[in-house]
Amino acid sequence: MVDGNQLYDLLIIGAGPAGLTAAIYAGRSRLNTLVFESASNLSQAMLTDDIENYPGFPEGITGMELVEKFKTQAKNFSAKIMSKEVKKIEQADLEGKKVWAVYTDDGQVFKSLSVIIATGAKPKQLGVDGENLLRGKGVSYCATCDAAFFKNKKVVVVGGGDTAIEEALFLTRFASEVVVVHRRNKLRATKILQERALENKKISFLWESNLVSIEGKQKVEGVICENVNTKQKSSCKCDGVFIFVGYEPNTSFLKALLNADDSGYLIVNKKLETSSKGIFACGDCCQKHLKQVITACAEGALAYHYSFSYINEVKGIVYK
Amino acid sequence: MEIEIREDNFKTEVLESKIPCLVDFWAEWCGPCKMIAPSLKEIAQEYKDKIKVCKINIDEASSIASSYGIMSIPTLMVFKDGSVQNSAVGALPKSDIVSLIKSYV
Repeated sequence: MVDGNQLYDLLIIGAGPAGLTAAIYAGRSRLNTLVFESASNLSQAMLTDDIENYPGFPEGITGMELVEKFKTQAKNFSAKIMSKEVKKIEQADLEGKKVWAVYTDDGQVFKSLSVIIATGAKPKQLGVDGENLLRGKGVSYCATCDAAFFKNKKVVVVGGGDTAIEEALFLTRFASEVVVVHRRNKLRATKILQERALENKKISFLWESNLVSIEGKQKVEGVICENVNTKQKSSCKCDGVFIFVGYEPNTSFLKALLNADDSGYLIVNKKLETSSKGIFACGDCCQKHLKQVITACAEGALAYHYSFSYINEVKGIVYK
Repeated sequence: MEIEIREDNFKTEVLESKIPCLVDFWAEWCGPCKMIAPSLKEIAQEYKDKIKVCKINIDEASSIASSYGIMSIPTLMVFKDGSVQNSAVGALPKSDIVSLIKSYV
């Protein structure tokens, strides 16, 4: 058991590639480190079926396997990982020292000298009629979780980015027909994914269209789409709707504490410092151009590096 | 302890159970299912005589999953006196799972 009153060197919030890489490095530096893993805001990497652009795995590796490996590696260096939801972070005083207090959903408080935020991002909702009502009844945000329920069925995928096309391809293993609804007239996804999707006979495209509502009472029965130019509506019968229209950062609990942009992405400097001293941020919860496992890992290592310097400074340890 | 439910013991363990059951529909390949597994284990211990935590692997007991219209996992269902009282889809923090069962224990 972990004593709630002990002072940690470092608390890491988030157990995806960014947080776990920071934990590996922190563990090797013998920092007293605790990682909070959220059950509700899962690492997006973990939900990715096949990761084929992470160096070192020429055959590809499933996201779940890769994240499990990160976790094992962090544990090997004695980082502790706990399944808890963080609700709030506050500055606190511990025997005259300024520390950070992290509050979890079970009413516990954990204190540390430094904090690394690596909470990631979650899929955005489309915000159309029927979406909430039919969630889990055919509406899904995770093909790797739910595709198997759509064996020989027709599904609609919304979006044109990497995730949407990867998931559309994954769905073809189960579904008989996959219709990709995209608001533009071409895909944004990486070229190799585009090629695979355009070649795949099970995949068809509904270009320049927005999905405007999801129909069905007990389960998904179809969708209504609207052409962005003509505004003409069309209906399409289907059994499932998979939505991949971007992400929003898991940062709402930090609103009062840290500077973020209008979408909630945390603003950090080159040292990955947030607007609060001693708190660093890395991975998909930060403003960035590329959301990849490798960039998350790299940032995790950097966040550790600057956090480690900060911790040494606070402890009065100078390496000369 | 969680109880493994198969097609042959669903009726006796869940539908005819004397105490309410929290049923977790899951699969080996499902990341979010793995995430809630530790919470379910804890709940099984903490609410030992009040609720039975049951796990249904949807690949092995697909007919149960389809008869309850499961289309996304993890799906959690609370059974009492043979019928579904409450349910939730997706990975939830432990506190949310506890509130799902609260009024039945």
